[in-house]
Amino acid sequence: MTIKHHADDATLMSYSAGTLGEALSAVVAGHIAVCPSCRSELAQMDELGGLMLSALPNAAMLTLPPRPATLENASAKPAGGPARGQEAKPAAGAKTLPLPLSRLTGCDLNAIAWKRLSLGVWHHRLPLSAGAKGDLRLIKIAPGQVMPEHGHSSTELTLVLDGSYTDQVGRFAKGDLADLDEEIEHQPIADETTGCICLIASEEKARFKSLLARIVQPFTGL
Amino acid sequence: MLECFSYAVVMTAARIRHTPTTPMSALPMADLLQQVAEHRDVDAFRQLFQTYAPRIKSYMMRQGADPNTAEELAQETLLTVWRKAALYSGDKGSATTWIFTIARNLRIDRLRREFPWQELPEGHDETASSDILPDEAVSEAERRSRVQEVLASLPSDQHEVVSLSYIEGLSHSEIAGRLDLPLGTVKSRMRLAYQKIREAVEDLK
Repeated sequence: MTIKHHADDATLMSYSAGTLGEALSAVVAGHIAVCPSCRSELAQMDELGGLMLSALPNAAMLTLPPRPATLENASAKPAGGPARGQEAKPAAGAKTLPLPLSRLTGCDLNAIAWKRLSLGVWHHRLPLSAGAKGDLRLIKIAPGQVMPEHGHSSTELTLVLDGSYTDQVGRFAKGDLADLDEEIEHQPIADETTGCICLIASEEKARFKSLLARIVQPFTGL
Repeated sequence: MLECFSYAVVMTAARIRHTPTTPMSALPMADLLQQVAEHRDVDAFRQLFQTYAPRIKSYMMRQGADPNTAEELAQETLLTVWRKAALYSGDKGSATTWIFTIARNLRIDRLRREFPWQELPEGHDETASSDILPDEAVSEAERRSRVQEVLASLPSDQHEVVSLSYIEGLSHSEIAGRLDLPLGTVKSRMRLAYQKIREAVEDLK
């Protein structure tokens, strides 16, 4: 997989600082899992975070370090943090997702329950945490399907999971991340033979709905 | 570097208050972490705790936690360090970086109630390795000190946005609102700051 389109530095920094919303972060995580170059940039940015942390003044601690008994107890517990989903082994011929994303959908794109959005376009909404804003969904575009021309806000990210599409910016294939400037109007065309499956995140639900409406409109005549 | 910095802080505090303080170990933080990982060394852990917990409490408070919650999250961060120390691998970044990522993910989970997609830099094989070649260790330290230099010499407008993002936990749009700047300006300041870091360490890659 040769990745040509990467995350913007500002997007990666926001991800490293932990200030990028959950939906957008999911897309970045999917890209990073398959992009060594962005992974290495992220490591450098995390180091920046570590240095920022170490430069903070000490707050007064009211409690002492845990006692050895508490530590022994902690060792016995499973590792902290929310449990990540069981990552099942993909079947032969499966269209696989980058590993971190498989917790959302399972790891086989063929098994997705697609909902038709319009002619040649399907979608599948993905769940987010209760506290999360934004919108995360998979979009499937039929081979050769031409999408209506539309723009994006800077708070949307698109990761190609399978197949490819081509627009004014270039060709976006598996692993490529579209982290585009605002005001770019584009008219993606899905690959003639493979079509295209993307993961799309938006920071704002409302804005994304209006984008979807624009995409669907020419087909439904609304 | 944190270890030198903390040592200075402890010494200064000791001089000012004329009270005995726990002497900082001369061991770098990464070595303490290796001690915890390999020998479940409680004393090494206590030193890590005393160095990092007060800063993580500061961090959590700057991110909007009340002092009690911040204290709990600092405790929990360090307990996670204890539990996951075996996954720490010195060649994947400094101890401080690793501990920062644990604190950050805990903050996303508890303070924002969102799922932290960010993986801890523990590699994909989940096996820790302490076999760092001496050359690599030297260039790691060199890299860190260069990043620190860049950070210290950033123009104040760039340092401000980096700090609001990493320490205050504001999104780029929130920073734009706070500073009354266009979003594009905030992003370009972030990029410029990082560009300087990238250039400073380029020849070490």
